[in-house]
Amino acid sequence: MTTQQQAPEQPLPPLGSVGFLRWLWRQLTSMRTALILLFLLAVVSIPGSILPQRGTNPLRVDQWIEENPATAPILDALGFFDVYASPWFAAVYLLLFISLIGCVLPRVGVHLRALRTPPPRAPRNLNRLPASGSFVSELTVDQVLTSAAGQLRQGHWRVRSSEGEWVAAEKGYWRETGNLVFHLSLILVLVGIAVGGLLGWRGNVVVREGTGFSNTLTQYDAWGAGRFVSADALAPFSFTLEDFRVDFERGEAQRGAPREFEADLTYRAAPGGEEVSTTVQVNEPLIASGAKVFLVGHGYAPHVIVRDSTGRVVFDDTVTFLPQDGNFTSTGVIKAPDAEPALGFNGLFLPTAALTEELGPHSVFPAPDYPGLFLSAFTGDMGLDDGSPQSVYTLDTSGMEQIGLESLLPGDVWTLPEGQGSIEFVDLERWASFQIAHDPGKELALGASLAAMIGLMVSLFVRRRRIWVRAQPADDGGTLVHVGALARSEGTDVESDVVDLMSRLGAPDVSQERAPQ
Amino acid sequence: MTSVQLAEASNAAVYASMITLTLAMVAFAVSFASGRRRVTVPSTPTGQQPGRRAANIGMSLTWLSFLLLLVGVVLRGVWAGRVPWGNMYEFSITAALGVLGVYLGMSIRRDLRWLGLFVVIPTLLWLGLAITVLYTEAAQLVPALKSYWLVIHVSAAIICFGAFTFAAATAGLALVRGRAERRAGSTEVMGWLSRVPDHERLERLTNTVIAFAFPLWTFAVVAGAIWAENAWGRYWGWDPKETWAFITWVIFAAYLHARSTAGWRGSRASWIVLAGWVSFLINYFGVNIFVNSLHSYSGM
Repeated sequence: MTTQQQAPEQPLPPLGSVGFLRWLWRQLTSMRTALILLFLLAVVSIPGSILPQRGTNPLRVDQWIEENPATAPILDALGFFDVYASPWFAAVYLLLFISLIGCVLPRVGVHLRALRTPPPRAPRNLNRLPASGSFVSELTVDQVLTSAAGQLRQGHWRVRSSEGEWVAAEKGYWRETGNLVFHLSLILVLVGIAVGGLLGWRGNVVVREGTGFSNTLTQYDAWGAGRFVSADALAPFSFTLEDFRVDFERGEAQRGAPREFEADLTYRAAPGGEEVSTTVQVNEPLIASGAKVFLVGHGYAPHVIVRDSTGRVVFDDTVTFLPQDGNFTSTGVIKAPDAEPALGFNGLFLPTAALTEELGPHSVFPAPDYPGLFLSAFTGDMGLDDGSPQSVYTLDTSGMEQIGLESLLPGDVWTLPEGQGSIEFVDLERWASFQIAHDPGKELALGASLAAMIGLMVSLFVRRRRIWVRAQPADDGGTLVHVGALARSEGTDVESDVVDLMSRLGAPDVSQERAPQ
Repeated sequence: MTSVQLAEASNAAVYASMITLTLAMVAFAVSFASGRRRVTVPSTPTGQQPGRRAANIGMSLTWLSFLLLLVGVVLRGVWAGRVPWGNMYEFSITAALGVLGVYLGMSIRRDLRWLGLFVVIPTLLWLGLAITVLYTEAAQLVPALKSYWLVIHVSAAIICFGAFTFAAATAGLALVRGRAERRAGSTEVMGWLSRVPDHERLERLTNTVIAFAFPLWTFAVVAGAIWAENAWGRYWGWDPKETWAFITWVIFAAYLHARSTAGWRGSRASWIVLAGWVSFLINYFGVNIFVNSLHSYSGM
């Protein structure tokens, strides 16, 4: 450190902004800082796995906030429901990457120089090295050294010789190359993630059987995109959900667990284009004009017909019901604002209906073995007139009056009390939900991850080490040969290199010459 | 064989493996208890040491237990008609196989009889937990698991679990042994700790295992990301399982950095290994059972 070189009696000169920045930079790029930042990164990742996150489950976040009114606002303000997009999480990983760049880039230069530099000269006393050995050869000094250099070159060592004295060799430069490739690739992974975040988009849509979807923003139930994405530029593909098949486990073990679901689609790359029939399954998305269409969920959509007091049909459609549990007890809302009077229904759809005192109406199996629709009917003002947008999944009953409860099986018609109309549960269809995503950065992220993995393996498995051979005439004729080696990376066993080279140079019974470990 | 017979055969093999492993544990314990003399650790032929015979028996029984467990896992797969990784019971027995496999694999080239007790006891507890608490009847896979990535991703993760467990055992021993060495000062370490290698050798062994497991763990995470991209439409979504896989990765990355940082190489590095192993366990039990995750395939 620079400050330690100052004479103690002199007052320290003011560091100045440049000096301070240099000091800061040196601190940031030290291994110790990298280590602390790695620990910090592990720690700041934890809350996102414990608290619900907006990015993955916004509904549960709202629920959690409702249940914990005391702590939730503070946590929310600090970004605890969006940990991985929070400034403090970003601060940690950005500091880590700055530290990484500051550490790795200079090492690239150092390594490139090392690749051009011959191995260092042989130390005077090879016996002091961690592994060494010696023997008397019958060859001359020059013969021994030439033979050693030749053997080492054959073994892909980088060799430097001094005439008549020693041979130096080094091996394992790939270790540092791999290390640098690994760290530089991590930067590229981050770039890939950033590209995906800025140029990618992702949307969710629920499509009922027999209905279609076209890739425009208004058709999505939820849509999110990076900063540089123009919603007008979405590829104009479309598809229709022709049929959705689902199968559940009926055996004792894991009863009700899904066994198969697949969606038959007809797909068009562009309006007026050729229609293609295809099947989308969980692990088999549809690739559509650079985007991918994934099947992520499914549920039931009862078909109902609502008539008002005049007998006019005011609603005739399938209604998406959202599953609430593994047996697809589902909730949904039917709104007929144009009815006279306006009618609204809160509904509970049960694919295999059961009714108990304890649980009330609920479903006991996810397949539609005994489908039932429990409805609660309301009349009055459903709050649609003030223009504020309303969810199709909730009914604002604050200005409405409940007029009755009924349970229906397919084909049943419920005549509402006081001649206010009727509702018919015709039959049921299914819906499937799709996630449609476009991520232009994923290829880069994948390629960089693979490069990082290769670099990592090279850096961990290649061993860097140096070996030297000294030869001098022995007192009683022949040549005294010393071999010594030094590991330059941890866990490297250089003894085998010494033994190997000695036996190649013709040493008798090498095992006795082994240096103690 | 009928499916019922297959199921019974699989369970019988797992139970037989546990009994064998219990006997192995006894043998290793006897080996530890007999003789107070310090064992020279590298496999130098120093004549018959006390407890060596018992340790050899323990080693053979561990091999037998490994083979029985292998039969149990394979029969489970045949019974279910798929790879035996459909629920937490199946993951657990395969993970135990992974732990024993890594231990036995490592022991081929070096003398690891001293480590036997510390591998066998946790494995036995683990298997007991699996067959009592986590036991699930075999059933088909849920659609999300029907992919060849199941084989790639899960097998890598299971081998990593074996290696991380091995490393945690050696790191824990290095800590205990290191403390005993400091207490003993210039005198010899006494008691059962005299029978394990000195802390430096334990730390080197830990490092060797992590150097093997860390790239494999990286591969398991990347393979999981590729699979997630194909199944869920994004390669990384901070699902709790992914988050803890990332945390585990970061901790072991920190370990590798610690090994080349002054002041962190010794006992602190061993603590990091234990922290990494705990985070792996949190990911296995915590996320599978207690957290609402896309990876909740426990079947419980």
